Amino acid sequence: MNSSFSSPLYAKRRRRNVITMALSYAATGFGLSWLVVILGVLLWEGFSGLSLAVFTEMTPPPGSAGGLLNPIAGSLVMTVIAVLVGTPLGMLAGTYMAEYGRYDKLTTVVRFINDILLSAPSIVIGLFIYEIMVAQMGHFSGWAGAVSLAVIVVPVVVRTTEDMLILVPDTLREAAASIGLPRSLMIRRVAYRAARAGMVTGVLLAVARISGETAPLLFTALNNQFWSLNLNAPVSSLPVVIFQFALSPYKDWQKLAWTGALIITLAVLALSIVARILAAQRKTS
Amino acid sequence: MLSTGRRPVVDVALRGAGISAVDHVDRAKVLQRLRLGDAVFRHLTRAAALVVLVILGGIIVSLVWGSLPALRTFGVSFLYEEVWNPVTEKFGAIAPIYGTVVTSFIAMLIAVPVGLFIALFLTELCPMWLRRPIGIAIELLAGIPSIIYGIWGLFVFAPFLQQYVQPFLIAVFGEIPVLSILFAGPPYGIGIFTAGLILAIMVLPFITSISRDVFEAVPPVLKEAAYGLGCTTWEVARYVVLPYTRVGVIGGVMLGLGRALGETMAVTFVIGNAHRISGSLLAPGTTISATIANEFTEAVGDLYTSALIALGLILFVITFIVLAIARLMLLRLNARVGG
Repeated sequence: MNSSFSSPLYAKRRRRNVITMALSYAATGFGLSWLVVILGVLLWEGFSGLSLAVFTEMTPPPGSAGGLLNPIAGSLVMTVIAVLVGTPLGMLAGTYMAEYGRYDKLTTVVRFINDILLSAPSIVIGLFIYEIMVAQMGHFSGWAGAVSLAVIVVPVVVRTTEDMLILVPDTLREAAASIGLPRSLMIRRVAYRAARAGMVTGVLLAVARISGETAPLLFTALNNQFWSLNLNAPVSSLPVVIFQFALSPYKDWQKLAWTGALIITLAVLALSIVARILAAQRKTS
Repeated sequence: MLSTGRRPVVDVALRGAGISAVDHVDRAKVLQRLRLGDAVFRHLTRAAALVVLVILGGIIVSLVWGSLPALRTFGVSFLYEEVWNPVTEKFGAIAPIYGTVVTSFIAMLIAVPVGLFIALFLTELCPMWLRRPIGIAIELLAGIPSIIYGIWGLFVFAPFLQQYVQPFLIAVFGEIPVLSILFAGPPYGIGIFTAGLILAIMVLPFITSISRDVFEAVPPVLKEAAYGLGCTTWEVARYVVLPYTRVGVIGGVMLGLGRALGETMAVTFVIGNAHRISGSLLAPGTTISATIANEFTEAVGDLYTSALIALGLILFVITFIVLAIARLMLLRLNARVGG
């Protein structure tokens, strides 16, 4: 067995390794370059249209100046309602799965279904809310938009709540039980407190997720050209306005669409960075 | 009894809850209250868990209910008819189904190998200090909302493809028998091909991050043993890491596929919304989600609306199956790694 380094087999293996490793570097460069290209274009196009008027004026008719005040406000209101509805629901469900029924059948089924809802197409959720709210009420409304966003929030919060509660050491629970604390109080005063940072991270991720969602709003909240926070009527939202303005033939509308896109992206990135910092703190403390 | 002169420990734990075991004379009453609170909270959480199931059930029931008129009118032919004519109220779903499948296929064709190679880079080649930044960058790419990909695709990527890439493809493949059909026709910029590429960029981070996670789950001792035998990095990846994580990688790929199938906004901007099946990938087409997004608010007539909801039902069934397989695969891997 002469394992000489110059044998043809060895050379072939080494060549193959060099090629695949080069491919691996190239793939990483390829993947990261999209981030640079997309963010670069977005910053360039978005910042050139950014001004105070964007935050103080209403969406304009084609051909005149204006801002994005009504869609920004509409998005904020619907996001807040969606979080207020979806978070408690998701946290309670996650609590059941991690604390009460960690090993029972219901939890296994709910976990499976929840994971599927987590990546289900959001446009289908829009159709669902259209059927149960818009079609029944007879008109598009901000409430329908907020509820469809809440349906997207729930699985994200369920998932993180369950994951974070499972990480809480059982010794904490046993200590609480040993001093006679009822189970529900143990969960609320001990387990929640220990898992707080992680649960907040989940909510932030959920907000990041819904702040860019367009598909479920298209035929629930629809759109509104005017200042209106009446949730019984169509409400404007940033993603839907971007969609409408970007596909329009008017240059100034397209400009506003880019600016709106920049605002959403910065908001989403800021949220995920804060979530990341919170998660890191949990790990070190 | 618990109270022995000093305040019982439970009083300290309950401080601020408005309940005290000592201050109330009637212990039984306090315990009763706690027991009730316990039961209420338990049932509340259980009900919330059931709501998750109700949401899924509600989606299925409402979609089936909404699509009944269309399914009753067209029957099974809805699945294979190509006609989509709101004026004569004739609808068939095959063109959007075709578009959905083909764009997702293009996306997976590109994103799977690239994603696996990036995951390989991150777990085997990348210096430690660089792993976290690159991992974060990949996750940022996953966090960008799809409408951003859409607007970028429409204004930047599609014109670029139209000007440089597509004429090149047409020129190169124009002479080769089968490929000349796939890359025929004028370069529109928007179309099935562009939508597939955008989807590839969108799905890439999902596949990368899941593959990286499952690659990291390989016990180091297996890899070290292979390196000890003199294997190259590629051989370790190909013959140790990949076989060990196969189930997880397939799960991750299916998860990415589920995303690609259901993705709406990024595709809607660049697909062209044409209800026909064209042999050429460069031609405009449509997908299920893009059809719904484009036409739902303008749909007049119950049959039209119902046909669009039926499309949604088809999409939901397809993605449900794909995602269910993905989850089962990942569960299987977890069971093996855990046990």
